[in-house]
Amino acid sequence: MNESIARAFEQARREQRPALIPYVTIGFPSSIEDTVAIVPAIEQAGADIIELGVPYSDPLADGPTIQAASERALRNGVNPRACIDVARRLREAGVRVPLLFMGYYNPILRHGVERYARDCADAGVDGLIIPDLPSHESAPMLAAMRPHHLALIRLLAPTSTEERIRSACAEAEGFIYCASVTGVTGARADLPPDLPAFVGRVRKHTSLPIAVGFGISERRHVESVARVAEGAIVGSRLIAVIDSAPPGERARRAAEFVAGLVGRSAAPRA
Amino acid sequence: MNTTNTTLPDARGRYGKYGGQYVPETVMPALEALVRAYDAAKADPTFHAEFHQLLTDFVGRPSPLYLAKRLTEHAGGARIYFKREDLNHTGAHKINNAIGQALLARRMGKRRIVAETGAGMHGVASATVCAMLGMQCIVYMGSEDMRRQEQNVYRMRLLGTEVRAVEAGSRTLKEAVSEAIRDWVTNVHDTHYLIGSCVGPHPYPMMVRDFQSVIGREARQQTLEQAGRLPDYAVACVGGGSNSIGLFYPFIGDAGVHLIGVEAGGEGVATGKHAASIGGGDVGVLHGSMSYVVQDEFGQIKDTHSISAGLDYPGVGPEHAWLKDTERATYVSVTDDEAVAAFKLTCELEGIIPALESSHAIAYVVNRLAPQLPSDRIVVISLSGRGDKDMATIMARDKAAPGGH
Repeated sequence: MNESIARAFEQARREQRPALIPYVTIGFPSSIEDTVAIVPAIEQAGADIIELGVPYSDPLADGPTIQAASERALRNGVNPRACIDVARRLREAGVRVPLLFMGYYNPILRHGVERYARDCADAGVDGLIIPDLPSHESAPMLAAMRPHHLALIRLLAPTSTEERIRSACAEAEGFIYCASVTGVTGARADLPPDLPAFVGRVRKHTSLPIAVGFGISERRHVESVARVAEGAIVGSRLIAVIDSAPPGERARRAAEFVAGLVGRSAAPRA
Repeated sequence: MNTTNTTLPDARGRYGKYGGQYVPETVMPALEALVRAYDAAKADPTFHAEFHQLLTDFVGRPSPLYLAKRLTEHAGGARIYFKREDLNHTGAHKINNAIGQALLARRMGKRRIVAETGAGMHGVASATVCAMLGMQCIVYMGSEDMRRQEQNVYRMRLLGTEVRAVEAGSRTLKEAVSEAIRDWVTNVHDTHYLIGSCVGPHPYPMMVRDFQSVIGREARQQTLEQAGRLPDYAVACVGGGSNSIGLFYPFIGDAGVHLIGVEAGGEGVATGKHAASIGGGDVGVLHGSMSYVVQDEFGQIKDTHSISAGLDYPGVGPEHAWLKDTERATYVSVTDDEAVAAFKLTCELEGIIPALESSHAIAYVVNRLAPQLPSDRIVVISLSGRGDKDMATIMARDKAAPGGH
């Protein structure tokens, strides 16, 4: 059991706000140095948990923004080994929030499932999100992760059946990641009206916190998510904000954006 | 359709360690529904009857088994037969599977079809079947392939299909598959993904195999009728591997029949510019299943190269991976140059213009297999498609080559 994820949600709950979980692709836009600068800045700006994208050549569950970020990170020479080094450097630099690696299964297989779990845990990663590893294929990964107290975060979708929700929740750890829409990642104008019903269906099967992602890009989205769930995941819009910032300004602009999502100025957390 | 030669895949969609369902959660319920619908269709005689009626009346099956006399003389060894999938309506084997899946989609109440295409043959087959059945069809195609196969793009549009260009990565088949899956993930409530090869998550590899195994069933029967016995070799090109699994599957229980898959060696497997997933790849997960994958040391899927767009794919069906590991089938590769030479030889000696994909299988048989065998041996090659679509590729190559035609 990984305690740090539970603590992050608990702290947000005490402060009567949703846990904010921003996503950044490692090595985007120019190099891993961007990530090493951006992550501490968004932690300071109010991120409770940070999702780090391990780039992959064929990200099936991602929309155009994260696909392009992934492609650029790969061109910058990023690979899973470099990602693990980034996590280690972030911990050495004093980043304390839980770090999650979001990455597809093939690079993990290639690295070695057991070695990946060990290397991630050693570097200070708290959990993994593997979008192309549904629960019924995840036994080898889970077995490798358990000794290292790494949480495998389960993804559920509005299309998930009662039976799939039940079995995913039965072995879930950390929190449940609910995709707000049937589709791929990417910023959208509005949250779907059936979100509360979907989250309610999941809630029946778990006492873990629930975080909502896919299409969350503005403060008003975070506020509506807060009415039904304990966390909000923001990816594509943050990637776009970072991409549009001048090179020296990326960390600052990312922090401003994250601070805006939680409804405060960019001043560091007290 | 299943001729019970093997009991694979198992209930989890596995062929040994290969196969499975490595897909986003969003489509898992749709895959589960597809498994149920296909099981029900398999047990329903009316589904079989309609499928076979369309194969007969619309496709023109059975396709002939043809003794390639002059090619046999030229090779100077085993007798070479062509299984003439090139004579099917739309010019390739792809139509067999497109009809089967479209009928299944209609049965499931899905009226919108998405498909991917490389060379355009599966796209044209899907477009054709959707026109015939009155279904909406959207085909994803890499923009590089659209450039290479302009005529097929126009054919699909004539058939009422919307062709969407994919601009990601190498702009070829791999990206088209990814984009078709993304569409499916988004529109899964009313959409069936009509995958064109025996790849993807379970039950696709099994379903495509079953629909394509009409090739091998006919070829087996026809060889018995024409030659009085089974062939010694069954040979087919392998990209994703649908025409080859279709040919191989009904022969798996016939221990005396050697099964040989011919992959695209491109400029040579050693150069790295190839599309030979089994010969030049490693075990991995791509597009929903575990199999052999052309990838780098970090598990990133590599860009492949083949002169034939239909073989230009970094993965291969999981059942082929299993046949390879169990040594029931053998996999070899043939280069672009060898395939083009076999293409021309077949035109000149047989009056048949084969697809560049099929030319890989012909090249292996004519150059390496048949000459080593005595004349009483029989080799059946799946002539998976016709080569009219490849004129521009061959013309461009001849123009570029010094002393070319």
